[in-house]
Amino acid sequence: MGILEVKNVGKRFGGLQALGDVNLSVAENSVHAIIGPNGAGKSTLLNCLVGKLIPDTGSVMFDGQSVLGRTPYEINQMGISRVFQTPEIFGDLTVMENMMIPCFARRDGSFKLNGIKAVTSEGEIRDKAEAMLKDMNMLEKRHMHSASMSRGDKRRLEIGMCLAQEPRLLLLDEPTAGMARADTNNTIDLLKQIKEERDITIAIIEHDMHVVFSLADRITVLAQGTPLVEDTPDKIKGHPKVREAYLGESAAAA
Amino acid sequence: MLGLKKKDLTLLGVVAALVIFAPFILNPFPADSAMAQFNAGYPDLMQRFVIFGIFAIGFNILFGLTGYLSFGHAAFLGVGSYSAVWMFKLLSMNVIPAIILAVIISGLFAMLIGFISLRRSGIYFSILTLAFAQMSFNLAYSVLTPITNGETGLQLTLEDPRVLGETATSSGGIPVTNFFGLEMRATETLNLGGWSFQFNAGYYLCALIMMIAFYISIRIFRSPFGLMLRAVKSNQTRLNYTGLNTRPYTLAAFVISGMYAGLAGGLMASMDPLAGAERMQWTASGEVVLMTILGGAGTLIGPVLGAGFIKYFENIFSKINENVLHQWFHALPDGIETPLVWVAEHFVGSGWHLTLGLLFMLVVTFLPGGLVEGGQRIGRLVRRRGESKKATQSTPAE
Repeated sequence: MGILEVKNVGKRFGGLQALGDVNLSVAENSVHAIIGPNGAGKSTLLNCLVGKLIPDTGSVMFDGQSVLGRTPYEINQMGISRVFQTPEIFGDLTVMENMMIPCFARRDGSFKLNGIKAVTSEGEIRDKAEAMLKDMNMLEKRHMHSASMSRGDKRRLEIGMCLAQEPRLLLLDEPTAGMARADTNNTIDLLKQIKEERDITIAIIEHDMHVVFSLADRITVLAQGTPLVEDTPDKIKGHPKVREAYLGESAAAA
Repeated sequence: MLGLKKKDLTLLGVVAALVIFAPFILNPFPADSAMAQFNAGYPDLMQRFVIFGIFAIGFNILFGLTGYLSFGHAAFLGVGSYSAVWMFKLLSMNVIPAIILAVIISGLFAMLIGFISLRRSGIYFSILTLAFAQMSFNLAYSVLTPITNGETGLQLTLEDPRVLGETATSSGGIPVTNFFGLEMRATETLNLGGWSFQFNAGYYLCALIMMIAFYISIRIFRSPFGLMLRAVKSNQTRLNYTGLNTRPYTLAAFVISGMYAGLAGGLMASMDPLAGAERMQWTASGEVVLMTILGGAGTLIGPVLGAGFIKYFENIFSKINENVLHQWFHALPDGIETPLVWVAEHFVGSGWHLTLGLLFMLVVTFLPGGLVEGGQRIGRLVRRRGESKKATQSTPAE
């Protein structure tokens, strides 16, 4: 039984069946990648996990509890943090202030909303935020206006903000989309480091095969709203159905 | 000191000094000189400066921090005024219970309106608050006449009970508002050469309360709560995906700014004990939006500057009439004087709104950060000039 169990999830937008009958099990402390061509339903699936969309059928269980019908902030409090395709950070605030916000709203065992209570312990919050920025190698940028940073730095900050909450499951939606090669490699290194150093489960949606094959423990291939196959990266690379449906030449290159 | 950083403490000190010496600063021209009409140092106007300053400071906590643009804040001002006048009618002429009741009632009222309006954001929120304010205005104007006295406005009468005070003075008049015996209208005049400076008890009470309000606003801006409000303005999606429900934060900001508005309304009634429905009209709500944006939304001092600026224009420019203009231009030949006066008179007197509108357009276009940004630019220019002067001076030495 995995930490995240998706059973028979279906979602229809008007005449379009975005998700057919998706079954997915993400094992604890693993990196699970979901790949598939454009329009395969990857983002729809992710939105169903975080409460942005409610599936028409099926169930989504996180750690034995259903996430369906909960708002995004409640699902986050259960221990699921999400990194967006375009980095969602507080652009008007400095890097340090960005990091302080998830530190106020940190999960410890059960989630406590202590934004107002924390007035008395602001120093403590600052220390936590600085420690996290140091982990992310961003301490020297802490006074920078976060909107003025590069895409890669914004992504790094966003991942750091998610980690500051100590989530049990980190969802990444195309974390290297629109990034330069150097930034992509930095992001891969960062994610590898997170995987090694923390007790965390990562589910990742990605187009870039290089990223997927260097990180994932298991891969699910999604096509036209249904899972085609699920297996380890090595097996996926050689799988004839997958090659035909999606990978083509890019797998050979990777 | 006071839990503030040095920069904020300096700002607080500067504002305090300006407010204390306002009767001198606003009266730069001798009383009998031609420029005396530009003097603004009389009690009535100075009171309005600080009261609208409080109103704008409170509005800025909502608009400047969270970005939620309320078009109905005058409703809270009106509610505060009505509450205060009722306190004068029923309890006593002391301003303190009146102000306290004004703040409490407007806070409750803001909680009700905020709870409903904050279900939406952006333009829908603005429209909802506007609708509520107009509804309040109409209620006050007609439906709730027993409480508000309709279009006449709520006034003190000789039949009011005033449980802890007196119904009428020994000479048979309506008693005046006071602060534990100190009458709000009490004014000392200091004649110094050609100048006459007026020190009014009501003004200094308002000024003291404004300083407290300003101090609280600085603390809110610098607190984690303020950080959270700025985060609401910046990115609500990220806040939601950080496990935070933004509603309690925005509602708290809305109620706080509503209480500031109620405080301003209570003070208005304390200076002049009457309350009318026109205080709640949408133009009054729009005025505080103008003040905040003109001064600089999201800055600490901006709203106070904006309030002073607009109130100065309203009271000084509107007093200039055709005769005054003829006096100014009488040195010119008639052929030039008459058309010049004809053009200028549209921008003064009842046409002062035109001048204000033009200035507002100029500020918003060229100084999006308001008057505060203008000040910062001038400061930077002066500093750069100072530096370049130093640089040119040091060149020969090298």
